[in-house]
This record gives sequence, structure tokens and C-alpha cells, in this order.
Amino acid sequence: MTSELQPAALGGRIVRLAEKGRPQVRFRLDGLDCQALAGDTVLTAVLVCASAVRQSEFGREKRSGFCLMGACQDCWIWQEDGSRLRACSTLVAAGMQLRTVPPEIWP
Amino acid sequence: MTAPGVEKVVIVGAGPAGIRAAERLVQAGVRPIVIDEGIKAGGQIYRRPPPGFARSPEQLYGSEARKAVALHTVFDRMLAAGQIDYHPQSSVLTIAGSFLQALTPAGRKDFTYDRLILATGAMDRLAPVPGWQAPGVYSLGAAQIALKAQGVALGSRIVLAGSGPLLTLVAIQLLKAGAQIAAVLDTSSIRDQAAGLPGMLARPSLVLRGLPMRARLGRLYHAGVTLDRIETDERGPVGLCWRDARGRAHVTECDMVGLGWHLRAETQLAGLAGCTFDYDESWSQWLPRTDRMGRAAAGLYLAGDGLRILGADGAEVAGRLAATACLADMDLPSPHATSDLRRLGRYERFARAMARAFPWPGDIVRAVPDDTIVCRCEGVTAGQLRESVVYGGGEANRVKSLARVGMGRCQGRYCQLAAAELIAGTACIKVCDTGRLREQAPVRPLPIGLWVRDT
Ligand SMILES: Cc1cc2nc3c(=O)[nH]c(=O)nc-3n(C[C@H](O)[C@H](O)[C@H](O)COP(=O)(O)OP(=O)(O)OC[C@H]3O[C@@H](n4cnc5c(N)ncnc54)[C@H](O)[C@@H]3O)c2cc1C
Ligand code: FES
Repeated sequence: MTSELQPAALGGRIVRLAEKGRPQVRFRLDGLDCQALAGDTVLTAVLVCASAVRQSEFGREKRSGFCLMGACQDCWIWQEDGSRLRACSTLVAAGMQLRTVPPEIWP
Repeated sequence: MTAPGVEKVVIVGAGPAGIRAAERLVQAGVRPIVIDEGIKAGGQIYRRPPPGFARSPEQLYGSEARKAVALHTVFDRMLAAGQIDYHPQSSVLTIAGSFLQALTPAGRKDFTYDRLILATGAMDRLAPVPGWQAPGVYSLGAAQIALKAQGVALGSRIVLAGSGPLLTLVAIQLLKAGAQIAAVLDTSSIRDQAAGLPGMLARPSLVLRGLPMRARLGRLYHAGVTLDRIETDERGPVGLCWRDARGRAHVTECDMVGLGWHLRAETQLAGLAGCTFDYDESWSQWLPRTDRMGRAAAGLYLAGDGLRILGADGAEVAGRLAATACLADMDLPSPHATSDLRRLGRYERFARAMARAFPWPGDIVRAVPDDTIVCRCEGVTAGQLRESVVYGGGEANRVKSLARVGMGRCQGRYCQLAAAELIAGTACIKVCDTGRLREQAPVRPLPIGLWVRDT
């Protein structure tokens, strides 16, 4: 794994304001190495480096969560093994393999 | 396990209401089961960050730090002493008879109970604004949760819009933390706010806390605005188009929009448990019917924002009252409720005045253009909804089956009030005559494999 592969090209939407001293956690997003901080939710971790968690199933727009409290279900994200998790209420863990598109249709 | 002969009590929700209910039961020697979705107990306002975060309670909860710490301490003590049977990160999905099912980190789990206290809290009340389906548009509460529980801002140039006490509060909290706020747009007019003020003096300390906050927002804050649309590109918002109280058009550049019009009670479980509902004109929503203690039916009690939006202090009182009613119904000694009932009455006067000061924007919703998305989950538009009313009539459940509004994965939580408004407007009837959407289990969607595997 290369170390400094923050997919900055994707461009995140979240800005960290506090609590920046936590230990780093590595995970993969669409096959790219990313870094998060221990205690980040999957949503925070993903939106620091990317602008969305998923393509909408019903419209053209992408999804990036809405309520952050488990009520809207807007934040589901795929994992490499084909399962999905609710990004706003799941903490990121080292080695997570996340996908913004379902693994089956990934080239 | 609860001692034989003692009834089994389940509490859903570990916010201020659920925690105080548990405390009162424990004081009487009952060991309740507490089921809560959160990673840690505390609920919405007193939400605790995950382990490893370092901000102090003062930084997290401001003027409410003392109350937050008191509540967390009470809960942690009960837990450490084995006085409660606590199930964190567990969502109650369905209730039937004296039986409920929850999705826990270890899979599905069934609970039976003799008495049930529902303290499920509230969520943001949303109205559709053209463009709100874009990524990067969030609820106002989401902006606060991101800051409180994660130390982040959801964008680098933020517009907050809507109405209600959270609007000003979240703006101030974000500014203090160093976020960039481009505008705070309130659909409530100065006249509405002035009309609410006398009633809000039922809790003068809160008014005294709120006014300086508003003053601190200065020229960022605008009252009486009309939100026209959110301009977006594929990444999300690029600007919010709005008109001020005098009708002049403005565009505020931004990359994040937080929307919310006060709160809406989370009543799905109450509905499944068989509560009766009434349409409440001052809160513009359907609310469960209970007696003053929170009794909804035999063995069923409600407390906190899931019953009436009285705020965190009110939730603590209501939690105590519900547990007191529960104890009395079990023929166990229960403390006097008189002073708590009086306090709750005062909180209710304040809350109703607040609802008047920051009203639901019913007229704005009725006027949204046909291509406005009403259901963010499945992209149903106002036009499709209006059309289904023309064909199928003005009953909410029928419109739901025709137009699919309220069928998406949020189960109507964020669209049903707007849908009711649009139905009423199209059918020329009152909102309360459109009927209440019936809830369906499971109240949270779950991976179907999990459900089947564990059945
Ligand atoms: C996003 C948001 C932000 C808020 N911020 C403020 C604020 O800054 N200041 C303020 O004064 N008020 C705020 N409020 C209002 C305040 O949260 C409430 O007045 C207070 O928290 C109500 O307490 P409660 O115990 O009734 O509910 P809550 O504190 O909301 O607690 C309810 C609990 O029930 C759990 N729950 C709900 N459904 C289920 C289920 N099916 N299964 C399992 N658990 C479930 C939830 O996870 C939650 O932990 C906010 C409300 C929201 C929604
Ligand atoms: S953002 Fe709403 S459930 Fe995760």
C-alpha cells in the first residue's frame, strides 16, 4: 500500500474543526487508500475524502447522508463483500473496504 | 433479571426522558430493560461523542453542560451497579402485543414486556425546497450532530435555513467552532416571532439566553424570508436563492445547506403500539393522545419529545412522570407528581408559544412548483402528488399507495407533513382531514438477509 494516497482528486465536503489529534485509521474507498481518525463514523471518514457515499437509486443525484441520526437511511454505503452499512451510525474500522458503487457492477 | 413477581418494564430511548424514567423505576426497585440506538446513552441534545474525543462538556453542551453531565452520570451509575439491562446500538423495529423486536449489533433480538415506556424523541421537521435532494443538503440537526459528535462541519461555506430555536443555536455553535456561515435564513417573520414572545416569557431564562445569540448573528440573520431554490451542480449546492421580507431577490453562495423547521415527534413505535393520535394545530403534526402523566393505553406510556416537543428539560420531567404512572399502575409506591405536573404545564406554555413564533411554513409548501421533489428517498415530485390527489382523492394513505410518497426508506419521516399540506391544498380540505399515515413495521429498514437468517 502506498502511504500518502489521499484521493484528493475526489474532493471531500467535510471540514474538521476540532478533535484532530485522534489516532489515524486506514481504510479503502473504491480501491483507494484513505485515512480517517479513530472515532470517525463511516460517513465522516468517507466525506472527508469524497463528496458522496453512493449514487441515488431513484434520481441522478448522489447521496451523502441527510439526518446523521439514523432516521432517513440516506447514507447506506456498500462494502467490498457486497454488504451495506449505515454510514452515519457505524464507526470506521481499520481495513474497511468501502464502495460508492455496488461491487457487482464495479469494472 | 427482574425478581419473580415483578413486572417486566421496557424503556425505548435513552435520552433525557428515557434516562429519568429508568432512574425513577430503579429508585423503586424495578430493573428496566433500556433499548437505545445510540452508541452511548444521552439522546439528541446530550449526545456523547465516541471514545477518544477530548472536548469538555462545556465545549460540547455550552450552558447545558451541567445538565448533560448529571444525566450521563445518573445513567452510567445505574449501568455500573447493574440496575438496568441496557442494550445500546439497538433499534426497535416492531412492536406487537407485549412483544418487541430489535436489531442489535449481535443480530435480531426479541423482548417481551408487561409495560412499555416509549421515549423515542424527535427529529427535524422538514419542508421541501426545490433542489433539496442534492447531496450536501442536510437537516439542521445533522449539522449539529456532525459538530457535537464528530467535531466537523458538513461544508466549508454553510447556509442554514428554516425556522425554530435550533436555527439560531446551531448557527452560533458552528460559528464558535470556527465554521464559515454565509447566511441564516428564517422563514418566520418578525411579526410571528413577536406574537410568540409573551408566551415564551413562561421561561424567561431561555428568552434571555436566546436573544443575545440572535444578536451575535447580526447581519447573517434574516427573518421572514422565502426560499426559492437551491442551485446545485453534481457535487451539491452552489447557492441558495431566496427573497427577503421586502421581496428582494438574493443568491447566497454556499456548498452546504442545512434545513429544518423545528421538530417533529418520532411516533412510529407509538403508532405500532396502538396509540390514538390527534392532529395538533399549534405544532402542525399528529401527536399521540395520553393522560397528563403520559399513559397512552394499559401498560403503555410515552414521554419526552416523542409525545410533546417540550425540549430537554420537559423530557426529563415527562420521563419521571411516565415512570411514576407505571409504578402506580403496578401498585408500587410512587412519589407525588404535583410539582412535576405544574412544571410540565409551564414548559408546555413556553413550547406552544415557540411553535407560534416559528411556525410550520404551510403556505410556502403549498406553493412549491410541480417539479419540486417532495420525497427525497424516491424522487416523487409535488406534481405527481397533486395529480394523484386529483385522481384518487385527498386521503394520505391512498395518496401514499398511488404516488409512493411516504413509502421510501425514511418511511415518510421527512415528507409526510409536506405531503399532507400539498394534499390539503389540492383537495381544498384541512390538513387534519387528510388523515394520518399508518406506520408499518419494521420502522427502520434492515438488510433483508439479516431478518430472514435470524427468523
Ligand atoms: C437533531 C436534534 C438536535 C437537537 N438539539 C437540541 C439542542 O441543541 N438544544 C435543545 O435544547 N434541544 C435540542 N433538540 C431537542 C432535544 O433533543 C430534545 O428536547 C431532547 O433531547 C428530548 O429528549 P428525549 O429523551 O425525549 O429524546 P431524545 O433525546 O431524542 O432521545 C431519544 C432516544 O431514543 C432513541 N430511539 C428512537 N427511536 C428508537 C428506536 N426505534 N429504537 C431504539 N432507540 C430509539 C434515539 O436513538 C435517542 O437516543 C434537538 C433535537 C434533535 C432531533
Ligand atoms: S444520514 Fe440519515 S440515516 Fe444516516
